[in-house]
Formats: sequence, C-alpha cells, structure tokens
Amino acid sequence: MDGLIYLIPIALFLGLVGLGFFLWTIKNGQYDDLEGATYRALFEEDDIEEEQKQKDKDD
Amino acid sequence: MHQASPEMFKIEHFVVEGLHCPKCIREIEGTLSENDKIKNARVNLSTQRLAVEWQQDVETSIEHSEEVISALDKIGFRAFPFNTSKVDKEAEKASKSLLYAMGVAGFASANIMLLSVSVWGGGDMNESTRSMMHWVSALIALPTAAFSGRPFYKSAWSALKGGRLNMDVPISLAVILTCAMSLFQTYLQSDHTYYDAVVMLLFFLLIGRYLDQKMRSHAHSVARNLMSYKVSKATLLHEDGTTEDIAVEMLVPGQIVQVIAGGKIPADGIIVSGVSDIDTSLVTGETLPVKAEAETVVYAGTININGTLNIKITATTGNTLLDEIIELMETAEQGRAKYVRLADRAASIYAPLVHLLSAATFLGWFIFSNIGWELSLTNAIAVLIITCPCALGLAVPVVQVVASSRLFKSGVLVKAADGLERLAEIDTVIFDKTGTLTLGQPELANADDEDVSSFNLELAASVAKSSSHPLCRALIVACHERDIPTIATTSEIREEPGMGLETTINDLEVRLGNREWCGIHASYLPNNRYSELWLKVNGAKPVLFCFKDRMRVDAHDVVGWFIRRKMKVILLSGDRKDVVEEAAEELGLSRYKHSCKPQDKIEIIERMKSNGDKILMVGDGLNDAPALRAAHVSISPSTAAEVSQNAADFIFQSQKMETIVRAYQVSVSSRKLVFMNFALAAIYNVIAVPFAAAGLLTPLVAAIAMSASSIVVTANALRLNFEKLYKSHEA
Repeated sequence: MDGLIYLIPIALFLGLVGLGFFLWTIKNGQYDDLEGATYRALFEEDDIEEEQKQKDKDD
Repeated sequence: MHQASPEMFKIEHFVVEGLHCPKCIREIEGTLSENDKIKNARVNLSTQRLAVEWQQDVETSIEHSEEVISALDKIGFRAFPFNTSKVDKEAEKASKSLLYAMGVAGFASANIMLLSVSVWGGGDMNESTRSMMHWVSALIALPTAAFSGRPFYKSAWSALKGGRLNMDVPISLAVILTCAMSLFQTYLQSDHTYYDAVVMLLFFLLIGRYLDQKMRSHAHSVARNLMSYKVSKATLLHEDGTTEDIAVEMLVPGQIVQVIAGGKIPADGIIVSGVSDIDTSLVTGETLPVKAEAETVVYAGTININGTLNIKITATTGNTLLDEIIELMETAEQGRAKYVRLADRAASIYAPLVHLLSAATFLGWFIFSNIGWELSLTNAIAVLIITCPCALGLAVPVVQVVASSRLFKSGVLVKAADGLERLAEIDTVIFDKTGTLTLGQPELANADDEDVSSFNLELAASVAKSSSHPLCRALIVACHERDIPTIATTSEIREEPGMGLETTINDLEVRLGNREWCGIHASYLPNNRYSELWLKVNGAKPVLFCFKDRMRVDAHDVVGWFIRRKMKVILLSGDRKDVVEEAAEELGLSRYKHSCKPQDKIEIIERMKSNGDKILMVGDGLNDAPALRAAHVSISPSTAAEVSQNAADFIFQSQKMETIVRAYQVSVSSRKLVFMNFALAAIYNVIAVPFAAAGLLTPLVAAIAMSASSIVVTANALRLNFEKLYKSHEA
C-alpha cells in the first residue's frame, strides 16, 4: 500500500495534464469547426502553392 | 458599429454561400492569401463563414470588404458581409463555459472512479488507506461540484427566487446534499461516500445540456446566415448625380437612394422622382402591384417592379409601418402566457414528492429505530441520491437533440428551445397565403382563354425574353411548360421603364406591357384581380395575359393532411377577396378571411386563444410578424421578412411545405418519447427508493443505477431516428 503515496499523486497529475490540455484545446478554438478539421488534416501546404503556380502558368 | 474599438475591426466575418467541400476551403483561403492586406483568412465549414484578419496597418473599410467579396465571386462563391451580434457572442460564451464545465466533470469522474473502484474492489483495504482514498476523492469532487455545477445552481436559484420549481432545483439539492453528506462520512471515516455518483451525475447532465445548447445555437447560426444572404447594397445618389454603392445599414435619413427595376427597396422612404409599380406582397400580403409615383410612401422590403425610382430615406419617426408592426409584436408578446416546459412541470410534481419521501425516511428511522440521527440522515440523503434526477434531467434534452438534428436534415431549423413541446399541442393551423402557401412567383393564370393561343404566347415570350421583369419571366416559363419555342428576334428590343417592351417581328410592330403602353382603354376587359400584361400587334386585337401567384406544389396535400387530422385549418390573408377565395377553394378550405390587417390577424388569434385553441401560425410577411408572436407556436419559410423570421419558432428552408408536417410529426413523437422517458425514470425510482429508504444502498449500487438509467433514457431517445416521416406526393 505504500506505493499509493506516490501512485495516486502521479495518477492525479497525469489526469490534470490531460484536463489542462483539453481546456487549452477549447480555448484555442479546436472545436469551432469540426467539419472543416476533418478535411484540413488532408491538406498539404506545398500543394496549394504548386497548384497556384500551375494555374498561373496556365493563365 | 462606430463605437467599436479599432482592434475589433481587424477581424471581419463573411457568410459564404454553398460551402460544402474541402476544395472550397483551399480555394478560398488560397485566393485570399495572395491579398497582402490580409493577414489570415480562415473558413469555418460548420458555420459556413469566413473570418478575414486584416494586417495591422490596414484600416477595414467597405472597399476592402468588397475586394474580398469580388475575389470570391471570381472563383465562384457568393459571399456576404456578416455582422457578429452580441447574441452570437453570448451564445458562444455559454457554449464554451458548458464545455469547460463538462471537461472538468469528465476529468473528475474518471479519476474518482479510479479511486472508487479500488475501494469497492479492495475488500482487504485497511481503514486508513480507504480514508485516504476518500479524502483524495473529496479533494477532486468538491471543487468540481462547485465549478461544474454552476449552470444548475444558477438556474435553480433564479427559479426559486421567482417562486417556481424547475428541474434544476432537485438536481442542485441532490448535488449539494450528497457532497455535504459524503464529506461528513469521510470525516467519520465510514465506508459510504458518494463522490463518484455526484460527479458522474454532473457529467451526464452536462453532456445533455451541451448537446442541446450546441444544436440550438447551430440552428440559430444557420438562420442568421440565411438572413445575411438577403443583406443587399443600396445605390446612394449624390447631389451631383453620381452614384455610390453602400451597405444598407450605412444609410441615414435624408439620403436619396436609387432603386432600379427589379430591385428591393432598402429602407422606408418617400419617392422623390420616378414612376413604377411596387410589389408589396412581403409586407402586406397583397399580390397585385401598387402604382407608385412621386410623394408615395414606400417600405423597406418591397420590390420595385419596373422603372427607376429615387427615394428619400425617412427616419423611423414612430409612425412607419415597421414601427406599428413592432408595437403590435410587443403587445402580442405580453399577451403570450409564459410556457412552462415539460421538464419543469415534471419537476414541480417530482421535487416535492422526493423531498417528502426523504423527510419521511429521516423521521421514520429517527422515531422508530435507535440508530441515531446521523444514520437516519444518511438514509434520508441516500433516498435523495438514488432519486437524483439524472434520468429526468436527461429525459428532455436528449430527445430534443435527436429531434432537432432529425429536423435539421429535413430542412427545418428549431429556433425556440421549447418550440417542439409547444408544436406537439396544436389543434389549429392558421396559414398566411402570399409567400407561405404560394411561392410569391407569378404564373400565367388565363392560359385557357381563347386569345391566349400558342401563337400569341410564342410572340409575347419572344419579346419578353430580354426582360428581367417577373411577369416576363413567368411568360417564358409558361412557354417552356407548353413546349412552345420562342422566335429569335433580329431587330432590337426596346424597353421603356415602367411601361413595357417594343420590337419588330416579321415586319410587324409588337408591344408588350401595361395598358397605357399598348394604348388600351381602361374600360376594355377591366381587371383588378390579377397582375396583367398586354400584347398588342399592329392591326390585331390586343391580348390580355393574367398572372396569379404560384401555389407551392404540395400546399394542397399539406392542408389536407392537417384537415384529415381533425384540425381547424384557417387561411388569413392580407390579399383581396376574390384572390383569397380562389386560393381557399383550390385548397379545400372552408374557413378563410381576406384583407386582414396585422391587427385583424392578432385579434382573431387572441379570440381563438381565449377559447382554448392552441394555434400554429404559418406566415412569412412583415404583416404576419405580430401574429407569429401571438400564436402558440409559429413557423416561417426561409424567404420570410427578417422581422418575421426572428419572431418565428421554426424556419423551414425548402420550397415544399411537407416540412411543416414533418416538424409536427417529430414534435409529437418527441413528446411521446419524453413521457416514456419520464415513465422509465419513475419505474426506476419506484424500484430503487425502497432499498435506499431501508438503508441498503451502497455507493456501487448508486453508481450503477445512475449510469444504467441514463443509458436507457438516451437509447430510448435515439429511436426517434427510425420514425417514418411524411412525404408529400409530387404534383
């Protein structure tokens, strides 16, 4: 049972870290656009630039 | 807008129409990122809005917004400026604070459960370890109950202050008492604490609340987007004759605006110059255009049909039509009895009952046994815990969430929180005509006349082709429906604003327009029933085309559906007698009233209300707004006037009316499910209370019972998704 002396604080600390992270995500607006986020994950920044260049060439 | 601080100006919002795919995000953000005045542009796919953050040194101005709008227009998106209102911000704040409360409660319940499970499982745990576990639990649970419970305490307190009971009263009481008792037990080092139950209760309830809130704010946000689509620009006419496009909100009294044919009049005013016909159907319900000339007073939202008008904006002096409507709406609002929601009605029976039971338990143990007041109190509180209204607190919001999302998919926005409950109670439906049962689009009415031969129709449509006038377009539609081709005219078509069109076809001079334009005497075929167009071919008899408002395809089906359900269906219209009569006959309605002013509509509704009728008002015009407010519950189409849309409890987006029936069906099923959930909660209590009163309740049983009842209630609500909904037959 002595292990509890540090196991419980560790468990609580980890939980608090999780909670802190969750509250941060709320504040950061991560839940403001759930639909958009599903697609954004698939974007690559480079692609947009390249596409744009391609478009400019076509024009 | 002027008072806002400069920092607030840096972010500007736009509503973008037709945002639905990932490609849209990339195109829009990619295009805007090329503009070096813009620091950051971000599309929100859920709200269909775009937030543009300007560079620090860039002043936001209409030109810059225009730049964004035209840039989007080039890549095929229609964008509209969107003003975030205070209401939006508050709703967002409320939603965020619920999310915070839910997050904290979730964290706490997981961690306390960790400790509780080891207490329940650790039979050989010694007393001091268990006590430590309880103290740690208390350390987590008490701040959580204080923080996450706030939404409930606040609402309970305001209800109590008003001398009412709502569902949050028993919830708050259960939470506070359970915490107090558990702390006391922890202090006594006994083995029954209920920290896990309390925090879990909060967690479940907050999930329900959050989803409910989210769903409703989503509906509101879509409704606000719909309104932004209508915000249009006005053309300001300067003294030197130059014109400038400005946003409608920027107009001030005294300015003169120019409204071209087909344009919407942006604000109330007086005509300075110009002659035209004005379509006032959205304001008065009257379908026949009204003649307007200098000195005529015109209202915002009416449509200038032909001819250019210069209008001097008048201040809202307190006697405009809008002022009158707003005054009527306020009166109607006061007359509307405060609706007590189902959950609160249940609570007003449930709470006293539970508290009496609990008191009886205490007295029973205290008087008839010798266990002492502490244990008696413990048992009494155990009764409160096991009856803690978890299932009851979830019974309504869960059903509400499922119902709203189901309706959202059918194109109905649920705006009022208690709208579904009120809709389920109706026994009378009152329809407005123009724009509600009809589409507000003209349709050829006298196609069967001898004069309206396919030859004449063909000729008229050929001339009409070049015009954007609504009656001309109706002519072309009529041709298409009859598979009549139009002749390609080689000669030029001349349009005289406010009069008509003129051209030469096969060496014959052809004129299409009003009576005056075609030189027809007022006594020839007099008509004050329909909108009319005349076709005059040189040397031939003039031909009259009549137009009436097009009925929604399933108006007849929907009206019939309500009549078959033995509901009173009434038509109240601001339109003229014969037009309303004809529509009523077409729909099979025996009860109707024509030429209704807004006051008349309210009076009729008030009279019926005092007879105990529960009225559903369906209307769209500005003149319906007070009636929408006065009725028990109300629905507007998304094409309705802004004031009406704000007044209505529901908004339907489709061209068809079947959505109204669907909303009613869903509301009735929701009500059934809510009652069933109440019954389930009651059954659960009847079984559990005796155990608790007998002092047999353990924390483990309490935790299991609570989760189980919540899951049952939620699963029951999900059945709403399998309900079959009404589908009207295609006309």
